[in-house]
Amino acid sequence: MTETLLPDLAPAYGEIFMAIGAMALLMFGVFRGNKSTELVSLLTAAVMIVTLIITVTWNDTAVYTFENMFVVDRFTSFMKILVLVASALAVFMSMQYFKDEKEERFEYPILVLLATLGMMVMVSANDLMSLYMGLELQSLSLYVLASIRRDSELATEAGLKYFVLGALSSGILLFGSSLIYGFVGSTNFTVIGQTLSQASHGPDIGVIIGMVLVLAGLAFKISAVPFHMWTPDVYQGAPTPVTAFFAVAPKVAALALLVRVLYVPFGEMSESWTQVIVFMSLASMVLGSVAAVVQTNIKRLMAYSSIGHIGFALVGIAAGSQDGLRGLVIYMAIYLVMNVGTFACILAMRRKDGMVEDISDLAGLAQTRPAMAAALGIFMLSLAGIPPLAGFWGKWYVFKAVIATAVADPMATNYGLIMLAVIGVMASVVGAYYYLNIIKVMFFNEPEGEFILQKSRKLKAIMGVSAALMLLFLLPQINAPVLEYARMAAAALIS
Amino acid sequence: MYQIIVFGPFIAAILAGLFGRQLGDKGAQIITCGALVVSAFLSWVALFQIGFGGTVEHVTIMTWVSSGDLNFNWAFKVDTLTAVMLVVVNTVSCLVHIYSIGYMSHDPHKARFMAYLSLFTFAMLMLVTADNFVQMFFGWEGVGLASYLLIGFWYKKPSACAAAIKAFLVNRVGDFGFALGIFAIYMVTGSVEFDVVFAKIPELQGQTIHFLWMDLDLITTICILLFIGAMGKSAQLGLHTWLPDAMEGPTPVSALIHAATMVTAGVFMVARTSPIFEYSPDALAFVTFIGASTAIFAATIGTTQNDIKRVIAYSTCSQLGYMFFALGISAYGAAIFHLFTHAFFKALLFLGSGSVIHAMSDEQDMRKMGGLRKKIPWTFAMMVIGTLALTGFPFLAGYYSKDMIIEAAFASDSSMAGYAFFMGVFAALLTSFYSWRLIFMTFFGESRSSKSVQDHVHESGNWMMAPLYVLALGALLAGFIFKDYFIGQNYEDFWGSALFLKDAANNVMEAAHHVPGWVIASPFIVMILGFLIAVYAYIIKPETPAQFSGTFRYLYALFYNKWYIDEIYDYLLVNPAKKLGVFLWKKGDENIIDRFGPDGAAASVMALARKFRGLQSGYIYHYAFAMLMGIAAFVTWFVFISGGGAS
Repeated sequence: MTETLLPDLAPAYGEIFMAIGAMALLMFGVFRGNKSTELVSLLTAAVMIVTLIITVTWNDTAVYTFENMFVVDRFTSFMKILVLVASALAVFMSMQYFKDEKEERFEYPILVLLATLGMMVMVSANDLMSLYMGLELQSLSLYVLASIRRDSELATEAGLKYFVLGALSSGILLFGSSLIYGFVGSTNFTVIGQTLSQASHGPDIGVIIGMVLVLAGLAFKISAVPFHMWTPDVYQGAPTPVTAFFAVAPKVAALALLVRVLYVPFGEMSESWTQVIVFMSLASMVLGSVAAVVQTNIKRLMAYSSIGHIGFALVGIAAGSQDGLRGLVIYMAIYLVMNVGTFACILAMRRKDGMVEDISDLAGLAQTRPAMAAALGIFMLSLAGIPPLAGFWGKWYVFKAVIATAVADPMATNYGLIMLAVIGVMASVVGAYYYLNIIKVMFFNEPEGEFILQKSRKLKAIMGVSAALMLLFLLPQINAPVLEYARMAAAALIS
Repeated sequence: MYQIIVFGPFIAAILAGLFGRQLGDKGAQIITCGALVVSAFLSWVALFQIGFGGTVEHVTIMTWVSSGDLNFNWAFKVDTLTAVMLVVVNTVSCLVHIYSIGYMSHDPHKARFMAYLSLFTFAMLMLVTADNFVQMFFGWEGVGLASYLLIGFWYKKPSACAAAIKAFLVNRVGDFGFALGIFAIYMVTGSVEFDVVFAKIPELQGQTIHFLWMDLDLITTICILLFIGAMGKSAQLGLHTWLPDAMEGPTPVSALIHAATMVTAGVFMVARTSPIFEYSPDALAFVTFIGASTAIFAATIGTTQNDIKRVIAYSTCSQLGYMFFALGISAYGAAIFHLFTHAFFKALLFLGSGSVIHAMSDEQDMRKMGGLRKKIPWTFAMMVIGTLALTGFPFLAGYYSKDMIIEAAFASDSSMAGYAFFMGVFAALLTSFYSWRLIFMTFFGESRSSKSVQDHVHESGNWMMAPLYVLALGALLAGFIFKDYFIGQNYEDFWGSALFLKDAANNVMEAAHHVPGWVIASPFIVMILGFLIAVYAYIIKPETPAQFSGTFRYLYALFYNKWYIDEIYDYLLVNPAKKLGVFLWKKGDENIIDRFGPDGAAASVMALARKFRGLQSGYIYHYAFAMLMGIAAFVTWFVFISGGGAS
């Protein structure tokens, strides 16, 4: 009897541990106050690392639990690893910042932990219900995080904007979910997929509209064009550590969810959604590259950069093949390291009188802080996709996959995919302009003022290790495990 | 031995050019001059071995190209023709190197200058020793490069840079012809090696080559193309415009490159390819016509110029014309003999004028000279010897060679021979006139220079004078000593197989020894006549030239302005080319390619970026609107795709 009453908890041990840890740390924080922020932060990171270990050790084939609402397979494992690494690093990076700003709040790491928990659920979601649960847990935490500096006008504005638009997108997503349920009769991804594949005629219009609405809700989370508009404002307004967190972990989680939604329940309709993905991918790449050209604020620039990078990652979905998915997974792994490293540098942009975030503030960095300039230079080149740095290989795998798909098609009707690759490469050329501009500013402009020496060893370590990874990615010792694990992850969804 | 002759100057050039700073000026001078002295000495040894020993040497250095049917080596072919050229090149070059030590003593870039001179010598030696057309072309381009570098040696002088570029560009026209000629030769014979090509030429007689709508005689076409190359390098009528401007270079350069050696490369090339030219009477007639025309044309200009170096430059041009019409009437021996003697007396004249210029504090305008006879007597004496040799005073170098050419022109039965003969005689009159005019304007009469210049007039040092003496010796004796070998009774033994005559029995050189007495006397008579006119016009009645130029204003203007050739070229070629260039630059490049290409792309990206920034208004309802619009568009798209759905 117990077996039927209690579902199999083993696949969700990581999430359960995180939830308990978050509550325990909350209690701890409440009693110890803001003085305990540093300790809570470290413990949060510890919880994430333990969860990471649990996730890594779970290395099995697909297992469903909670009435098939929750799935664990190699794809979820890989994406969860990325999410956990990104979140843990975000916590580490934030510590010095809040200390310097005298804004230490113990809620911050706990909110990050809760958001991460939401992301874990999102990645593992196999049901519209668990999808929404995870998404909302994540989103609510993020809304608060965006405006965690209550006294900052910009941060509150950013938080509010994010909240209003996020609520709108959640509404859209919910509406879509209800339409799907209404027309299919189930919220479970697997069941939806089976039902659609067995339908003798094409999908119902209600399902189509429902899918579009779910797609839109998820596209909002990954800030793909035309659902990207919140991104620059929120990135710029939110405190820098929050932006650093926003830039990576939620993107990875939402993208993982998007992939699962597209392939499991709506795999039958791939021909129609591919066109939409192609459009979003194209629009994101072009807008991300072009709009960044005129930006002067480096956080805003990174917002456009992330829009562009999501566009490149979507190319992998557009390819519709296992190689494409593998490319996307690799892309996100590399994107994670590049962005964490870049934000570590941005967090180190502190003068005696506070943080600065204009590109012009980087002038002459090569003379005043040569090591940081070198690291940031490597990140910028990698973001621009200059071989042999890692960023180039990320693009290489997705474009290779999409070209392979286009070429393999005997009817050659997929010339749109070729166009996607061509425009993508052109967009990355345009994008190279602003990345190289930063390098130019750092290395060729005269210094005006100096950043204070960075005290945090964590930031320095993150910068150094990420830069080294970017440089050394072409070594087989480094890229082989990533490529292999990515292949297995992709194989879990598309065989 | 031949390796040392050819590569000695090359190594010296490398050392002086790349390590000039380490070696110092003196080191560079010692190395380059030393290499040239050795080369010059060995060249004379070679001449005695080859010319008087009657052998031909082939030396292969290494394989150059071996690709499919195209095979040729770096190799030397040393026959009498090459040996003569080796002597001319190395002797004059050696003397010029030594002269330069004195002449360039105030210049800050001595090592560079010496390196260029040696580099030129190396390239010229590659040209004359080549055993195939491609190697010859290598040397051909090499001397062009060295000429460019040396004309523009004073690169801070805009006129020198312009002259260097002009020389390079005009030569390009000729080189293009030469290259086409080589291509044509390879196309029809399958080889570029002289011996193979020459052996196959007789089989090609009468064949035609189709080009556009024309059927051209094959051999004539090849010859004309080769000759266009020769015209460029040897400054023949039409492609001569660079030579007078090239006088912007230092005077030793003018003596070496633009009088004695490089400009004679065209003559050498035609002589070398005589086995081809001999089979095309039309091409030979063309060569004769161009040569004779150049001889008279350049001489007319020479009579009116006031720059001492330009007078000699036009004289060179004119003398090269003599050589070419000698080639055209198959008097190859006479042409090479004139080349040989001309090298001595023209180098002497140039170096002498360099000495004059040096004495006059770099003044080149003869109108500001005069009366230098007593102040620089040795230079005066050398210049007079050079002038006598040039004008063909009996028993001096030019007497044998030039008179031989004129006699051969009379004796020849070529269709152009008559024209060549009369032009040659008339040009000889003008040669005599302008040469003596130069002497009289420079050395006689009252000095017309400023006081400060006059005070500084001095005889040049020994470094400069010694080469003059050696060259003067050559101008005095070269003709007398070598006439029997080059053009006289030992002709056949001396030349061996180096010069080819299709109809050996009917040698025009032989016939030239049996022409009427008045023909033999005519060059001498016109020489005296020219001298007398010059004496009358510049010594007895110095106002004559002004009267003359007043009376024959248009004729004078025509000659003075060099027949307006430069102006015609400017009008026909240079200005349209410039206009086209400006048009393509401003309209084509900036207005079309840049505007719609790089600049346009950049501008449109910027415009798009600003538009995107404008969209980013900051208002939540704008953002929400964009999202809803996106959803609406996607829904429309999906419904459209699925054909309106099933229900």
